[in-house]
Amino acid sequence: MSGTFLFDGQPVPFEDGQTILQAARAAGHYVPHLCWHPDFPAHGSCKLCIVKVAGRHVSSCAMPAKDGMEVESNTPEINGERRALLQMLFVEGNHFCPSCEKSGNCQLQALAYELEMLTPRFNHFFPDRPVDASHPDVLLDFNRCIFCELCVRASRDVDGKNVFALTERGIHKHLAVNAESGRLADTDFSAGDRAASICPVGVILTKRVGFASPIGARKYDAQPIRVVAMQEDE
Amino acid sequence: MSDDGKLVADVIARHGHEPSRLLQVLVELQEALGWLPPGVLTQVAGGLGLSRAHVEGVAGFYSFLHARPVGRYRVLFSDNVTDRMLGAPALMEALCGKLWVERGKVSEDGLVSVDTTSCTGMCDQGPALLVNGRPLTRLNHARVNQIAELIRRQEPLAAWPAELFHVDDNIRRRDALLGSSQRPGEALKAAVMRGREGWLEEMRAANLRGRGGAGFTTAVKWMACRDAPGAGKVVVCNADEGEPGTFKDRVLLTSFADLVFEGMTLAAWATGAQRGFLYLRGEYRYLLEPLRAVLARRRNAGLLGRGILGETGFDFDIDIHLGAGAYVCGEETALLESLEGRRGTPRIRPPFPVTHGYKGRPTVVNNVETLAKTTLIAINGGAAFAATGTAQSTGTKLLSISGDCAYPGIYEYPFGVTIERVLEDCGASDVQAVQVGGASGVTLAGYEFHRRIAFEDVPTAGAFMVFDSSRDMFAVARNFVHFFAHESCGFCTPCRVGTSLLQGYMDKLASGHGAMMDLADIEWIDRLLKNASHCGLGSSAPNPVLDTLLKFRPAYERRLQHLDFAPAFDLDAALATARRMTGRDDPGAHLDTTQEATP
Amino acid sequence: MDTAASEVSRPKLRVATTSLAGCFGCHMSLLDIDEHLFELAQLVDFDRSPITDIKHCGPCDVGLIEGGVCNAENVHVLREFRRNCKILVAVGACAVNGGLPAQRNHLDLGACLQQVYQFRDGVAQPQIPNDPELPLLLDKVHPIHEVVRIDYFVPGCPPSGEALWKFLTDLIAGRTPRLSHPLLHYD
Repeated sequence: MSGTFLFDGQPVPFEDGQTILQAARAAGHYVPHLCWHPDFPAHGSCKLCIVKVAGRHVSSCAMPAKDGMEVESNTPEINGERRALLQMLFVEGNHFCPSCEKSGNCQLQALAYELEMLTPRFNHFFPDRPVDASHPDVLLDFNRCIFCELCVRASRDVDGKNVFALTERGIHKHLAVNAESGRLADTDFSAGDRAASICPVGVILTKRVGFASPIGARKYDAQPIRVVAMQEDE
Repeated sequence: MSDDGKLVADVIARHGHEPSRLLQVLVELQEALGWLPPGVLTQVAGGLGLSRAHVEGVAGFYSFLHARPVGRYRVLFSDNVTDRMLGAPALMEALCGKLWVERGKVSEDGLVSVDTTSCTGMCDQGPALLVNGRPLTRLNHARVNQIAELIRRQEPLAAWPAELFHVDDNIRRRDALLGSSQRPGEALKAAVMRGREGWLEEMRAANLRGRGGAGFTTAVKWMACRDAPGAGKVVVCNADEGEPGTFKDRVLLTSFADLVFEGMTLAAWATGAQRGFLYLRGEYRYLLEPLRAVLARRRNAGLLGRGILGETGFDFDIDIHLGAGAYVCGEETALLESLEGRRGTPRIRPPFPVTHGYKGRPTVVNNVETLAKTTLIAINGGAAFAATGTAQSTGTKLLSISGDCAYPGIYEYPFGVTIERVLEDCGASDVQAVQVGGASGVTLAGYEFHRRIAFEDVPTAGAFMVFDSSRDMFAVARNFVHFFAHESCGFCTPCRVGTSLLQGYMDKLASGHGAMMDLADIEWIDRLLKNASHCGLGSSAPNPVLDTLLKFRPAYERRLQHLDFAPAFDLDAALATARRMTGRDDPGAHLDTTQEATP
Repeated sequence: MDTAASEVSRPKLRVATTSLAGCFGCHMSLLDIDEHLFELAQLVDFDRSPITDIKHCGPCDVGLIEGGVCNAENVHVLREFRRNCKILVAVGACAVNGGLPAQRNHLDLGACLQQVYQFRDGVAQPQIPNDPELPLLLDKVHPIHEVVRIDYFVPGCPPSGEALWKFLTDLIAGRTPRLSHPLLHYD
């Protein structure tokens, strides 16, 4: 099945099997997203890509495109909800951009700029999340995790290592690594793994390269994420 | 090999080293060991060919699995609002006092831990608790003393007086299903006589809709599964009855298990499925052996297995899978994940289970009551079934009635019965509200009691909790909010964070620190949960708050300290540590919370 | 003054500023608006501020708050601003989300005080300061919107002079202030 649907009033063609997000993106329309990645199947957890179809909210990364559907995406209503979802992500973790080496290259931050998030608005959880610096080449700072599971998926599906998994549930959910000690150093993780470079935020950081690019020369300094995300395969 | 090591190896071998049996393996090991030590998780991972992180992730997901040491006696008080109304908090405090243990902690000698758990499905005979997974009902101070004594004496559970574990059915009103006198196999014979196509035709005519609450037409589901490409079709009975205030499935599985298994077999006859699973919630673990005995009897009677009723090609058998304390697994795709031994995270839909279900195979997932009802259709025909109830809601509905009424228990009514009528029958008076459909359902106020139980009016999975005028409807909603925050799987942002934020706001109001702006924030979070959640848990989590804010708003407003704004936290309490460390208690060492009003 | 004129020309706004648990970096950034300072002086009068050295805030149109809330005195100052300012603005990362000082929030305050004043090597007379003149520390550092109602937020560590100027000119002109790429940044 292929056909055309309307994305914010603009006709967008699609091929069989394409989701709303994929088709929109192919047609040059940016849809905000964090857990979605072009190299992986849809995950649908961050909900930043929500759009409205026939009055119902759906995840555009997961919803197959259908002929004739009318999709609302870049509207004050949807962007307001997306901003609130970002605010939720900001307050549940510890996101202190000035001291984070991912700053300027971080999708969460760039998306918050894109959606003009000026305040985290909600009450902060200030959770106590430890850092794992055991690995010689890679640092894990769980304070910034947004549970997109890209590292879980990359390690399992690309690297074939299953270094990461999520454990516990609800607001207590957190990343676990594949070692009885709980230390990354005791896994077969390597800085060359796909999982080492896929984190959209500042959880998985390669050591000794932090702050290499000066402010102004970082990924999202010159151009906003809606432009950068469409230019490359992230 | 250590003793534990041998045990783990045996359990894994008994489950054929099959990775999808992970949850069952963990449940069994925990029953034997009390908890799941790190080394055991590592050995399980090795034995099942799974990553250790994956095993840790699954063990961490279910609240009845413990990756940290717990007491040898694990006491969990059911924390549904109906248990609380019957005095559960005071009884828990009393038990903790008698056992010298702090709630949520393990006693220093490792003997006992006491905590709460989500509704255990004993609301008609609460307050209830689970001790090492076994239910204990009708708690009072005498029973609490008795329990404390048994634990102090370290009496093995098997030696506890049997009457402590007695669970009543409390059937108060019987209609077509509970009054049925059918013999095992009778419905199946009738359906086989009609042939697969003829049987589906009767199902279509009956217009039976799912009793789990969503109300999807069962015949349509069955036909979709039958027509779906792919071999190895599966029938799943969803007995993960976790909705607070619901206990009808408990009674069906206790006293009408044949009807449930017969219904599953009828579904197999319609769809061509050869494999069946009953997903039994962990709280009903005590029903596992009796249910297995029923299955064995049915196998012996030729009602399960190869060539059922002598019909060549009618092969079907049923396994029972245990849950382990996760309400979200009542969502059918989360249930399938759990059946496959993973974390109970709801899947992306579409595709739906009828085409891609258990291990990707076409799968029918039906509620316990739905399946039991199909036996009536097989025996009496679809038209007879459709003759009761309403046009859009055919047949009868089991209600689990609890709360402020004289006769809590199970009531079977034809669909279309009014709330008023039900309240009269269960002996409720001075009622201010009824929560129909459980925490995720609808809060009805007095002016709505003329409404009817039916998919087209007040749909319900069966919970019916009654609140008289002495109850605080804000406290009711807050209990449900805590429930959802505890049960959120944490997969999607709005539910993971939103339910926790909502809990924070409700707690702030409960502590008398609320302001009008908090009500606005609550309504905004409610909207995000409703619109953006991944599954029904998140989208229905705000229901009790939305309904009570609409219908019982003064219960919130009278808790407000300020009409405008109040700080997010207790400012004076936030100085307590510094006061303690400095030994100060002068006026400057306090923050006057009455000054918080802003112009 | 002629009524017609007063309807079209705006009176000068009265502005107060302060730094709570902050580093005055946001105030420095305000000075970074360079020659716009002269324009700003034409448009606003300063009340309590490090710029004026006025110690208490009187009735104001706008209050600019830098820094988060880490102790009892911060609470008092913030409340004074909220009582007196029609519009209260969180300026900079610390005011917006607690910022650097909030990175102590995962530590136990009691343990921190003990470590610094009692157990540290070289402490001659171990004693946690208890003079009533000293404000007590809150057990966590909070963004200011968790303590009083805040009307606007200008993130950044610090917000650039340009961002502050954009925000203030919007506010003074009566436009709803808006910050977007590239003026909007959190670091």
